[in-house]
Amino acid sequence: MYYNEMMDGAAVRAPYAMLSDWVATMPSEIRQMKQAEAEALFRRIGITFAVYGEGGDPDRLIPFDMMPRVFLQSEWRKLERGIKQRARALNAFLRDVYSRGEIIRAGRIPARLVYQNEAYEKAVVGFVPPRGVFSHIVGIDIVRTGRDEFFVLEDNCRTPSGVSYMLENREIMMRMFPALFRNNRIEPVDQYPELLRRTLASVAPAKCEGTPTVVILTPGHFNSAYYEHSFLANLMGVELVEGSDLFVDGGFVYMRTTQGPKRVDVIYRRIDDPFLDPLCFRKDSMLGVPGLMDVYRSGGVSIASAPGAGVADDKAVYTFVPEMIRFYLGEEPILQNVQTWTLWKDEDYKYVMANLKDLVVKEVHGSGGYGMLIGPKASTEEIEHFRKLIEANPGNYIAQPTLALSTSPTFVDEGIAPRHVDLRPFCLCGDRVELVQGGLTRVALRDGSLVVNSSQGGGVKDTWVLSE
Amino acid sequence: MLSRTAANLFWMGRHLERAETAARLLDVGARITLLPNTEEGYRNEWESLLRASGAQGPFAERYGDAITQENIESWLFFDCDNPSSVASCIEKAREGGRIVRTALTSQVWDALNTAYQELRQLRTASRAKLDMAMLTDFTTRHSSTVRGAINATQLRNDGWHFINLGYSLERADATSRLLDVKYFVLLPRVEFVGSGLDNYQWQVILRALSAHRAFHWAYGGDITAAKVADFLILNGESPRSLLTSLYEAVWNLDGLVRRYGDSAPATASVKARQVLESLMARDIEAIFDEGLHEFLTWFIGEISAVSNAVNEDYFSGRM
Repeated sequence: MYYNEMMDGAAVRAPYAMLSDWVATMPSEIRQMKQAEAEALFRRIGITFAVYGEGGDPDRLIPFDMMPRVFLQSEWRKLERGIKQRARALNAFLRDVYSRGEIIRAGRIPARLVYQNEAYEKAVVGFVPPRGVFSHIVGIDIVRTGRDEFFVLEDNCRTPSGVSYMLENREIMMRMFPALFRNNRIEPVDQYPELLRRTLASVAPAKCEGTPTVVILTPGHFNSAYYEHSFLANLMGVELVEGSDLFVDGGFVYMRTTQGPKRVDVIYRRIDDPFLDPLCFRKDSMLGVPGLMDVYRSGGVSIASAPGAGVADDKAVYTFVPEMIRFYLGEEPILQNVQTWTLWKDEDYKYVMANLKDLVVKEVHGSGGYGMLIGPKASTEEIEHFRKLIEANPGNYIAQPTLALSTSPTFVDEGIAPRHVDLRPFCLCGDRVELVQGGLTRVALRDGSLVVNSSQGGGVKDTWVLSE
Repeated sequence: MLSRTAANLFWMGRHLERAETAARLLDVGARITLLPNTEEGYRNEWESLLRASGAQGPFAERYGDAITQENIESWLFFDCDNPSSVASCIEKAREGGRIVRTALTSQVWDALNTAYQELRQLRTASRAKLDMAMLTDFTTRHSSTVRGAINATQLRNDGWHFINLGYSLERADATSRLLDVKYFVLLPRVEFVGSGLDNYQWQVILRALSAHRAFHWAYGGDITAAKVADFLILNGESPRSLLTSLYEAVWNLDGLVRRYGDSAPATASVKARQVLESLMARDIEAIFDEGLHEFLTWFIGEISAVSNAVNEDYFSGRM
């Protein structure tokens, strides 16, 4: 019932032909040795992550599965067109809802969902960022259910994380199994940091003189994604700053350096909107830069993603993305949405409440696999508990069918076995819309599990796109 | 370079040097327990170690008056309540390194992170299986690896100068404090001056600075207070002498001044050069006439003034 990306009955599908031999001829001692080597490499490089509020080992590793996930060039081309189309539409939507709101006037999306959305930033209404781009890095989570059936599970327009895993998984695979890369024609992904730097430089404000100075703004080294922040800064050759390294003076943002203040033109921020500027948003924020928003609105600095970009990626607005594609681009969506019931609609509410045991219910603003109900896996008590939560605040929830997520071969004790996977590619939007051929594949390592989140027993894999 | 990055690199150097100092203290302790006891037995020698690290008070707060080998090991090596323990310093150096990952080569980070990971394993190991020699070897091995990686792979840029500035100022401070302790604590009664016990204690200082053999190469003959003091204060060949440490600090500050030109003030460099000149104008007789303790107090104050000037010149991000 699940689409197996490697096996078609007893036959091996085309993308995995080579890997199938590779696995078959690898002695299990070698495999264990390589697995230990991979783990040691991850730990030595320092790629670890902290799970919020979990305690325990602060330097936990995300489990890495050595079996790559493979796409044919023909499969990828379709995905790529669909991803870029979606990223363009999301940015068009953001441009629109912060100016005339044509899509709302046309009645294609309810005003309430946009203007009363927590992520809608009144502070930037009327402001158009350079090149009209709000979301410069769009992470689109995609699941597969059949040979040609791909669905978008959610969009991430703010600061999607995980790209460091895409890059490091590849590095480690190339280091451990060079022969695999010599014998296969695998599209590279390591140009991503350079593309990202170029994309960010391309949205420098008009007031920028000379080569734009780009920085990455991190909440600090206690953040679970700090490794990724420093990793990207390193590969891009830009400074990794904290809020306290920056200050505002005379309409510009400067960083404190050993040679005095240096002007900053583009800030790739990895902190959320409410923390950006204590003068504009949360007054108690110690992470941000006082006065930053004034400089931003007067065109003294660019911020990526733009404040307010989050209004395009919550789970309620998600249901309207196909409509956005039609409205702004005049095209039919290449990638489909997962069917979604919105619980503030009466008929949807009735249907969902009657079928909780078959559905996945999610909080509109939730993320990371928290605050969700997976009906088929839940006990009666869990379902009844969730029913009460929904009754109390129906507008806070959406429901989706349990998807038959495709499986990719994954190493287990006995060899390889199918495990469920998803995919997060990272689409870059600046003067051009670009996508490297690859992404982050997350895998649910537990047999039968459909939850791929790293905070809940998920792992990661290298993702290959074969060239022609 | 970001001011915060520079400050982190500087402190990374200081913490790495400080970890070595703590391990050196442990090592000398291990030797003392193997030698025939002096007047009050080894307990007294352990106590002098605590004083050498300026930690008598905090140690007593934590362990009472149980000055045992195990407690000293815990304090100087493992204890994170002791800001100068090996574990504290390696953790802080690694934390600093993690914050400025982008300013370090992967080899330096790798060496630093490996030290930290192995330290974590040591902590979970049974204490019965850890002897002192192993703990000191652990520290010197890792600190050599980190320093080797820094020297072999880091760009000779401003960051490199900040790391080495941290190392050299910390070393100048550590050597002068050890010397100062010798004068006032190891030698409580004035009639001991020049006695066999006195000379033995000067040897302890040499051991603490891993300078025992080097001293003999440089001077030969009997160990005398004047020779040891000369070796540790004014000898330009001795790697831990005040002169060498300060000279290295000046050299690194000059590197920064050359690199930054007019874009940053140079008060730290000017100050350090003054101290160096003043040091070079002395000989060891003059220092003993002036009073070793008085001299060291002056020197420690000057090092701290240089450190403050570095902070002012480069880390404040002045407008």
